[in-house]
Amino acid sequence: MMWAWLMVILALTLGAAIPAQAERLIVSVSNHRVTVTPNYVGEELVLFGSVEKDDKTPPARANYNLVVTVSGPRTDLVTWRKQRRFGIWINTESREFLQVPSYLAVFSNRPIDAIAPADVQRRQQLGINNVLLTQRVGTDFADVVSTDPFRSAFVRLRKDHGLYREETSAVTFLTPTLFRATIPLPAEVPIGAYDVEIELFADGALITRAETAFEIVKIGFEQFVANAARNHGAIYGMMTAIMALMSGWAASIVFRRD
Amino acid sequence: MQLYLPIADLPINVLLILAMGAAVGFVSGLFGVGGGFLMTPLLIFVGISPAVSVASVASHIAASSFSGALSYWRRRAIDPALAAVLLSGGIVGTALGVWVFTVLRNLGQLDLTIALSYVILLTGVGGAMFWEGLRALIRLRRGTPVTFRRPGSHNWVHGLPLKMRFKRSKIYLSVIPVVAVGLLIGFIGAVMGIGGSFILIPILIYWLRVPTATVLGTSMVLTLVTMVIATMLHAMTNHLVDAVLALILMVGGVTGAQFGARAGQKIRSEHLRLLLGLLILAVGMRFAAQLVIQPDDLFTIRDLTGGGGS
Repeated sequence: MMWAWLMVILALTLGAAIPAQAERLIVSVSNHRVTVTPNYVGEELVLFGSVEKDDKTPPARANYNLVVTVSGPRTDLVTWRKQRRFGIWINTESREFLQVPSYLAVFSNRPIDAIAPADVQRRQQLGINNVLLTQRVGTDFADVVSTDPFRSAFVRLRKDHGLYREETSAVTFLTPTLFRATIPLPAEVPIGAYDVEIELFADGALITRAETAFEIVKIGFEQFVANAARNHGAIYGMMTAIMALMSGWAASIVFRRD
Repeated sequence: MQLYLPIADLPINVLLILAMGAAVGFVSGLFGVGGGFLMTPLLIFVGISPAVSVASVASHIAASSFSGALSYWRRRAIDPALAAVLLSGGIVGTALGVWVFTVLRNLGQLDLTIALSYVILLTGVGGAMFWEGLRALIRLRRGTPVTFRRPGSHNWVHGLPLKMRFKRSKIYLSVIPVVAVGLLIGFIGAVMGIGGSFILIPILIYWLRVPTATVLGTSMVLTLVTMVIATMLHAMTNHLVDAVLALILMVGGVTGAQFGARAGQKIRSEHLRLLLGLLILAVGMRFAAQLVIQPDDLFTIRDLTGGGGS
């Protein structure tokens, strides 16, 4: 009973925080389950949706802006920095990035600075510079400014591999209320669950948001091998060793000269 | 033809890997070595993480050394007693090596260790081999006879206790240095992803005075067993052996090795040693350059939870 009341209060406060719910977002991705098969070399998903207006919508409102944030399964990563020691370049300093998205893509229909003011950008974590990337700093856990050398190197390296990306013209409005965006998935894509968050802005303020998701899974042979390697290491190792011996033996038979 | 590797988690070109396997196999057949010292760097070069490369190459070397060992066995060119004593050290060394590999990976210094060991070992062994080959060639030109095994010339190794008679090699030798050599090769092999025969063979010939008739076959048995164990241990502890990658390498490798072995019979052994020395030296220099020259990017990202890195 107590809980029910709390939930109601919570819902009311949340409702109050978001300005009058006048629009609704309806979204979908072209494929909710991307399968990684032996011939997987990357894929492209299409996100499409529309802005539904109702009678509460101010009639003059027409300029909608969208920010789509796709984040992949979370993981712990370390960024190392090399320095010259004793004449050679070795890893000397490191920072741990904890529970950060292994894949992060931010798409919008115009530059994020043109969509919302800086404080809204920070609060809603719009754009890679504003997405929270928690680091272990000594005994503390915190994000740092986006110009921090480790953070910017981290983002740059992830971008080089196509795992982080920010495109400010990737969302296209087909009509004033109908939009689409493509989500490119690189070949080295992390396996797991992906969240897609779509935020609708007008006049620099968040109007409404919607969420959808998709997953990337290994199936068939790929899944079998990865599973065996992880969960049955001993048997997997033995099978690999036997495979090695068999192919060595086969070669000595095939190419036998006496 | 692209194929997605289930453990390395990236698509590779099958024909490229097959060609790399065949090329390295050719070299390994030509010189009678495993070729791991070439295969591992090549895999790292095409983008497979060092950890996965080292772990997967172990099974590739096991395959090529097994086909080699079989043919040596048929020719009775393997000394079973010597192989067994070497193995007793080799197995312990391999286990130690895989353990150190895991520790280093957690410390974030695996790549550096692999690179440094390559520089030291390859430039050292390659340089010595090149120099020796050059001298042998000069001696040959002058017509002075080459003496590898001077009868009666014993070094301190022959004064050690626990002596044992190795019948097929016709040597009487203490087991202590033999076990120690096995230990060293097993350890180096597991950490660096190499079979180690390019170090083992010179040690056996020049230090332990094992006759050339049995040295190649016997060293191949050590390589075979340590690499099979390394494969198993890497699979059990680090889960990084990519069986699909290994299979492609094996197919390319064993095929290339046969052609290499045939080509090797047509070249003088002095020339072979000179060439192998040069090749090993070149790979060592390549690693040295990579450490000394300022890298394009000072930053690297590693995965803490497993898998490769980028």
